[in-house]
Amino acid sequence: MELKKAYLNRRKFVKGISAAGGYTIAAPYVKTAHSAGKLLLGIWSHWIPGADDKLRHILVKWGEKNGVEVKVDFITSIGNKLLLTAQAESRAQTGHDIFSLPTWFGTMFKHRLEPIDDVVEDIINKHGPLLDSARFYAHLDGHWRGAPAPTGSFFDSFVSRFDLFKEHAGIDLKEMFPANENRNKELINNWTYDTFLIAAEKLYNAGRPFGATIGATPDSRWLSSLFTAYGAELVNKDGDISVDSDSVREVLEYLKKLTEFMPKSVYAWDDSSNNRWIISGEGSVISNPASAWAVAKRDNPDVAKNLWHHDAPRGPKGRFRPDNSQFWGIWSFAQNKSAAKDLLRYVSEKPVVDACVEASQGYDIPLIISHFKDNQTWVDASPPDGVLYNYPMRGDEVPVAPGYPAPPEIASQITTQYIIANLVARITSKGQSIKKGIRWAENELEGIMRG
Amino acid sequence: MNINNLLIWLKQKPRIAFFMCLPLILMVACLIIYPFFYSIFLATLNKAETKFVGLANFLFLFKRETFWLVVQQSIFFALVAVFFKALIGFIAAHSINELPSKGQRKWRGMLLIPWVIPPALSTLGWWWLFEPTYSALNWALEKLSIDAIPWLSETFWARFSIILVNIWVGAPFFLIMYLAALKSIPEDLYEAASIDGANYWQKLFFITLPMMKNIISITILFSIIVTFANFDIVRVLTRGGPIDTTHLFATYAFRVGIESGDIPLGAAVSLFMFPVLAVLSFIILRNVRKRTNEV
Repeated sequence: MELKKAYLNRRKFVKGISAAGGYTIAAPYVKTAHSAGKLLLGIWSHWIPGADDKLRHILVKWGEKNGVEVKVDFITSIGNKLLLTAQAESRAQTGHDIFSLPTWFGTMFKHRLEPIDDVVEDIINKHGPLLDSARFYAHLDGHWRGAPAPTGSFFDSFVSRFDLFKEHAGIDLKEMFPANENRNKELINNWTYDTFLIAAEKLYNAGRPFGATIGATPDSRWLSSLFTAYGAELVNKDGDISVDSDSVREVLEYLKKLTEFMPKSVYAWDDSSNNRWIISGEGSVISNPASAWAVAKRDNPDVAKNLWHHDAPRGPKGRFRPDNSQFWGIWSFAQNKSAAKDLLRYVSEKPVVDACVEASQGYDIPLIISHFKDNQTWVDASPPDGVLYNYPMRGDEVPVAPGYPAPPEIASQITTQYIIANLVARITSKGQSIKKGIRWAENELEGIMRG
Repeated sequence: MNINNLLIWLKQKPRIAFFMCLPLILMVACLIIYPFFYSIFLATLNKAETKFVGLANFLFLFKRETFWLVVQQSIFFALVAVFFKALIGFIAAHSINELPSKGQRKWRGMLLIPWVIPPALSTLGWWWLFEPTYSALNWALEKLSIDAIPWLSETFWARFSIILVNIWVGAPFFLIMYLAALKSIPEDLYEAASIDGANYWQKLFFITLPMMKNIISITILFSIIVTFANFDIVRVLTRGGPIDTTHLFATYAFRVGIESGDIPLGAAVSLFMFPVLAVLSFIILRNVRKRTNEV
């Protein structure tokens, strides 16, 4: 038998290697968390003491179960440290695998974020829809760039002194927004911005005014939801400047009246000023998440037991609540994308979300609707009984991202350059005419739309 | 070149000086020169950093109302703050110089404290004094039946506050520089002037100030550059508010570049004053050199 000479020339070698390579590429690359080594997370550090520890415990346990070494860095957003870290990692293209994406981070870093449509679709298929505002923030250029974070999302409700409202404004907030499903529709329909203006005047005259920042700080987002309630848009959904409109003039006229009944210092308030305002007992109402109540419970229990979280007033175009959604994304340069995706799916599970909500004392509101519709933390919170029942949206309120309905890239600029707050301040504190204020806003908006 | 020759070559004074300076040169190269050129590069890109746009970012800034407000504020802030820092520093240095040498040390130490404390930390202390709602200063004013002052919520007072804190932080630098200069003026000159019947003001204008001209020029130049680039005081006290009326180049560049994610435009803002300051530096340093040569 003649043995065929096995002759491997260069062409055959290259052909063979190419075929093998092609097979490798074509074969499904199944790399589950079980085979993954290390996962680095850069996560927003929670305001509520103990919340970070709980989350770390959940993540590390998941890692142990799945053979992944999980390392979590909690990064504070104080002094923009989270943003600076994200900027540095994005530019250096190295760092964590998973990173927290509060509000506009997704828009700012979308070119460096892995599309995770498969992950978010799995989450939606399993747990039901997300809030519409979540899509606005994280579904960018046709892809999901972030999945719901288990911590950090919140929506500013009105936080009011129900005793002062009843005594000075004749409004029973506990009757209007009870700690159960039995809302009186007629009462709620009458809870409008006009009603609120009358109440604000009475509370001001009683020496307990409404306080909310009109400064260049994120808490000024209450103005954005007020604008939306009046249908006042700075830029429309098509990306055209639309600030010169009757609805903008109407809301600015309204704010001229409302600010007469607010402390003059609001133009210099930062994000903690309104908390101090209500906790000190000087204020009667603010727009805030549950943290003000949580701190009041510790520092001034007499105030805490008279606080009530409830819906925003309704404007001509509806009732809107400021949205502060938070996501987790995967950097495009992440070393362990497979494990990262598995973890994103895991942290959307209801037991995980429930544990985080509990650890945050109800501060966090999940972006998955089914998760916040059924959670005892807000039902059980006290004193007073039912104080947080209406902290998650229970009625017709719609969460709205600041700058909405402008496309996210423009809305993010409107927010981060505080154009709404500055426009309002120009007219209400500087005494500028509405016409001149609108001209200024148009000039600024032209600026932020540069390519 | 054998080893011995190499050692001899290395032992020459200029070589030793160069090698001893090398760590500093490397640091300056890495932390100042490279970032400077990188920021110039960034300032020539479009917002997405995908396209070279030349000077378009600078031209774009020229059309922005808020940017021109920032330019005016930065110039006003730097000139007023530097003037008062120099004036207070000069008066304080003069006063200390008049003290007996035994008592001078403790005054020098005490007056240097504002300059030694990290500004972000001391500004936080000032913030508590100016706090919009619960200002400690206003509490004191109210005790004296004086109306509260809107330190941070009204443009005039907000500008006053940031300039005041900048003067508080920066005046000791002038003090120490001027004190050193005063001590270097020969006592004989004053004695001779006294014999000739010169009064205090004549000695000040015809001996002290001419003898201090160089140090005054250099400290003012240095202070103008540092004050133009100030960030922490405004960031902690007002974050540029109210209504952007206290923004300086650095805080506005941070707002535009970091907070809003438009790095090229932020780089353009931060580089805007570079040519002006470079020309100013050139003129002042040339004058200093001229005077030194004359002496």
